[in-house]
Amino acid sequence: METRNRGQGTRGAPDAQVGTETAQTRSSAWEALAASPEFRRLISAKRNFIIPAVIFFLVYYFALPLGNGLAPRLMNTKIIGNINLAYLFALSEFVMAWILAAVYIRRANRVFDPLAAAVRRLAARMGFGS
Amino acid sequence: MTTTLWITAVIVAITLGITVWAARQTRTTVQFYAAGRKISGWQNGLAIAGDYMSAASFLGIAGLIAFNGYDGFMYSVGWLVAYLTVLLLIAEPIRNTGKYTMADVLAYRMSAGPVRSAAAISTLTVSGFYMIAQMVGAGSVLHLLVPGFSFKWAVVIVGVLMIGYVVLGGMIATTWVQIVKATLLMAGAILLSIMVLGHFGFNPLRFFDAIAKVVDKKSGLNFTQPGILYPHGKHVFLGPLTLDKSTIENVSLGMALIFGTAGLPHILMRFYTVPTARAARTSVGWAMGLIGAFYVMTTFLGFGAAVLVGKTGIGTNNNLAAPKLAEFLGGGPNTFGGELLLGFISAVAFATILAVVAGLTLAASSAFAHDFWMNVVRGGKESEFEQVLVARIAAVGVGVIAVLVAINLQTANAAQLVAVAFAVASSGNLPVILFTLFWKRFNTVGAVCGLIGGTAVSILLVVIGPGLGTPPATKPAFALTNPGIVSIPLGFLFAIVGTYIGEALGGDQRAKAMYPEIAVRSQTGVGAEPSAIEERIPAVV
Repeated sequence: METRNRGQGTRGAPDAQVGTETAQTRSSAWEALAASPEFRRLISAKRNFIIPAVIFFLVYYFALPLGNGLAPRLMNTKIIGNINLAYLFALSEFVMAWILAAVYIRRANRVFDPLAAAVRRLAARMGFGS
Repeated sequence: MTTTLWITAVIVAITLGITVWAARQTRTTVQFYAAGRKISGWQNGLAIAGDYMSAASFLGIAGLIAFNGYDGFMYSVGWLVAYLTVLLLIAEPIRNTGKYTMADVLAYRMSAGPVRSAAAISTLTVSGFYMIAQMVGAGSVLHLLVPGFSFKWAVVIVGVLMIGYVVLGGMIATTWVQIVKATLLMAGAILLSIMVLGHFGFNPLRFFDAIAKVVDKKSGLNFTQPGILYPHGKHVFLGPLTLDKSTIENVSLGMALIFGTAGLPHILMRFYTVPTARAARTSVGWAMGLIGAFYVMTTFLGFGAAVLVGKTGIGTNNNLAAPKLAEFLGGGPNTFGGELLLGFISAVAFATILAVVAGLTLAASSAFAHDFWMNVVRGGKESEFEQVLVARIAAVGVGVIAVLVAINLQTANAAQLVAVAFAVASSGNLPVILFTLFWKRFNTVGAVCGLIGGTAVSILLVVIGPGLGTPPATKPAFALTNPGIVSIPLGFLFAIVGTYIGEALGGDQRAKAMYPEIAVRSQTGVGAEPSAIEERIPAVV
């Protein structure tokens, strides 16, 4: 019954209205969990890392095609022998991606995972089952 | 050419052995779609690499660099950096909230019928275009390398094998075929790179001296310089703005690559095969290491072919740059070494295509069986037996249709077909996935508008653009080959406007009520699907 209601619309049929009520009781329990200090700590730790990281890699990445298009003379500057800035910049994108990924994975394993585990323990205490 | 056939036959025999082994442990839905969620982090990393590095990566990029120099290398850069989007925003939430398909995440908050139908359409579009591109590539390469093989037969053989892997072995077989392929591809690329460098006394500076001597006749630029594929000096008009076409094409391509990868259903599906979000994260780390190393090596494959073989040696089909380079490095045409290395690299290319099409077939058939058949037509009825059966039938159907379409598209440009796939993934899928996970007001109407609108506008812009016809249209209605810069913002806009329309129509209580739940679950893994086979969380906790 409830399984089916998850897939129904929310207006009209009486069936759907029962579904809405169930969804609301259920939702207030999750809202309590979402408002818990444990969850807020996890979210702010993640947000403080991920938002700057995404902005950083987007800026770094798009600097390359923009540079190649708008400043071709600069990008054609030879740095070592015939290896130019355009190629070295492209190569540095790989290094940037690897380092950022490694930093994120380390941070997630050491900081985010324990914080998430605290939320899961709280959820278990609040009776969320699995 | 018999060498090619023998090596290919050995690789195919290995993959069929894997399939027979996998078939014995593929009974339940979680085994068929997600390998029982028992794939480890590094194994999944290899499989992601195998699923991702397609014929377009191996043959396509090598060819683009061999013919256009530096600009071709931009594909390599974008296709790796794209994994940062996957790692930072998508991989772990997907593992925590979904079960088998991309639509599972959306249906968590939205009305299942409309979003699953819309997501099934976009998944079939992405996977279909991608698959046909691979098969057209497989057909033309096999046809050229083994003259006895007609294009048609090559496509049919690829089709039969991919259907076999998926129908019999499901995700378990697909995963191991991808792992074997990733290993072979890395081995092939490392071997060729070392041999290329050997020609220049293992001195990269001498290699680049040689590259700088290769000059493009049309633009006068040498191959280390950007601007050959997308020439400078042309302009494009977008509304009131006059912009440098070269810059816009490059940025637009970058946008499709960076935002498209995180919306590819066959890649997203791989995150359901690991036991935890942590394993999903680890697997992206492994994949980035492998994929990045491979793309750095496209420097040697592509520029190596340009310097050592040259345009005249490669011929008109730039997809043959890597195989022709192998033949040269082995000792040249009609030598034992040349034949052997050409055979090995051609077989690797064939294995590459097989592994990718198997992943695509699985994504397409699960979109049909799990999203459309079980959850829309059958209203969410849970039947293990029926679902696996329907998925297997769907895989046969998807495979047969792909073969028939590919046979009739012999002259289609494989890169353009892949461009459609990436445009739909970045403009249709990604905005909707991100909003479902992170935007509280997002609702069903917004999701459907985003998926359908983004898909439609991407296809439209490619069709009226310059690229799809052979020869290219001289005055296309839409000036850009890469539509991302227009279609991606439009995809987000459709989803946003749809959301406000949905609110005006009376709101979507469930989407709003379920937001705290998906927010907590996606970030913490509370109640995530476990790796055990029989455990199933009830739909309402």
